[in-house]
Amino acid sequence: MSGIAKRKLSNSVAMGISVLCAAIGLGLLFLILYDVVRHGLSSFGWTLFAKDPAPPGMAGGGLRSAILGQILLTAAALLAGVPTGVLAGTFLSEYGRSLKLSKIISAVSDMAVSIPSIVTGAFVYAILVKPFGGFNGWAGAAALAIIVLPVIVRTTESMTSMVPWSLREAAFALGAPYHRVIVGVVWRAAAGGIFTGVLLAAARAAGETAPLLFTSFNSGHFSLNMSRPVPSLTVTIYQYAASPYESWVALAWGAALAVTAAVLLLNVTGRVMIGLKQRR
Amino acid sequence: MDLLTVNNLNFYYGSNKSLDDVSLPIRRNSVTALIGPSGCGKTTLLRCFNRMHDLYPGNRYEGEILMDGRNILDRSEDLISLRSSLGMVFQKPTPFPMSVFDNIAYGLRLRRIRNSALIRDKVEKSLRQAALWEEVKDRLKESALGLSGGQQQRLVIARTLAVDPEAVLFDESTSALDPVSTQKIEDLMIELKKAVTIVAVTHNMQQAARVSDYTALMYIGKLVEYDRTEVIFTKPKHKMTEEYVLGKFG
Ligand SMILES: Nc1ncnc2c1ncn2[C@@H]1O[C@H](COP(=O)(O)OP(=O)(O)OP(=O)(O)O)[C@@H](O)[C@H]1O
Ligand SMILES: [Mg+2]
Repeated sequence: MSGIAKRKLSNSVAMGISVLCAAIGLGLLFLILYDVVRHGLSSFGWTLFAKDPAPPGMAGGGLRSAILGQILLTAAALLAGVPTGVLAGTFLSEYGRSLKLSKIISAVSDMAVSIPSIVTGAFVYAILVKPFGGFNGWAGAAALAIIVLPVIVRTTESMTSMVPWSLREAAFALGAPYHRVIVGVVWRAAAGGIFTGVLLAAARAAGETAPLLFTSFNSGHFSLNMSRPVPSLTVTIYQYAASPYESWVALAWGAALAVTAAVLLLNVTGRVMIGLKQRR
Repeated sequence: MDLLTVNNLNFYYGSNKSLDDVSLPIRRNSVTALIGPSGCGKTTLLRCFNRMHDLYPGNRYEGEILMDGRNILDRSEDLISLRSSLGMVFQKPTPFPMSVFDNIAYGLRLRRIRNSALIRDKVEKSLRQAALWEEVKDRLKESALGLSGGQQQRLVIARTLAVDPEAVLFDESTSALDPVSTQKIEDLMIELKKAVTIVAVTHNMQQAARVSDYTALMYIGKLVEYDRTEVIFTKPKHKMTEEYVLGKFG
């Protein structure tokens, strides 16, 4: 076989294997989605959003408390994580851009993104649950905030450093002090990208179970009281899916569908925004 | 009268000396052209005037640039007010990602001007000065990023004029533009010098000859010759100047 023929053959073999793997991956993904939708739809309906879970063994009930709790926890996490993350990311790309410390912080954030979330959960358990004598919503929100923080730091840093320096120089040349350059020009230019990062981080937080198991845990009743356990969809799936009660298993499927839909929606919105931005 | 007087200026990017003992005046209400082969230090000199180099660590000035009797290279110089009085227009247009109106108003709002009628007047006046008003008066609320390159460059000029600078520094500001836009900006410079002082870096010898009153030729960080433009173009003292303006080297 000539060299070229050999290369052509190995090329097609490699190509074939990659396509096959991609097909398996996508197939599995669609299988999961199909299963979630099929099972989830049977318990999908207005009761799912309007009612709290029924006691074990009794039919009916919904996930109102878990849905609201999930939103509450995610929103609290973003409320703490987004401003902190955006400011930290901005520091890295602006004031601290030539500091060695900034490079270290960036690298640490990169690592922090891949810390297993159960470790984060255990850490928060040690500092915000154990000392305060019980599971509580603040701890859950804190765990999620720790998870979103590095994502937002890094997105902000990369989005703001993509803003060309010539734009900053133009603002400086008008006599703008640095903070006005950042707020009026850099953030404005990077806003789409930062917002996308926040959506993707929110999707990540909304899909987490492990850190909530240790922190906000679960409760059948809805309350806005963050110093008590706060229910969430993901922990509900974990508990109900493994329960012996049929009605709870059905609710778990409903919860799975709700979480999947929410996370997909956030992700797709984020990706579409990235796409729109790149086309411009 | 001189707006700026450069005396024995040296400039270093880190340890790399890029301006070597440069001295020249910048006369008020006139256009001074900075010419010379690529890499000779034209941009570097221009950016000394508004202390743009201070944005990056490791840069160093020696010598003096006098303005109203003070050395603007002093540490104590207020860079915000210096840059307010010496506007700068870059090679590539730099519209901010906001509306046409907000682009022009940016510098006014920086100066805490809140009176919206005042801002509106000023926006219109600056856009007229930059010969852009007729083209954008119906799209003031639209994003400035949607303007053509030539319009964006005039927008940047209007934005610079809106804050009433004493001088505008142009760094090859027409090199990315078509002949018609270039012509408009050249006409604009001639018109503007009634009100402001202009320093323009250019590689375009016709532009320098047509627009400027004074011309400075630089070569490898040094000032070769500075004189009235007609002298530089007709009977320069240095052979190098004659060859450069005739396009024989560079
Ligand atoms: N940021 C920088 N760091 C180090 N050296 C630089 C920097 N910018 C410019 N220089 C050097 O300083 C010298 C003068 O550069 P400058 O940009 O002022 O030239 P110029 O005359 O404007 O050239 P051009 O016509 O190509 O724009 C060059 O040798 C260049 O390599
Ligand atoms: Mg240059």
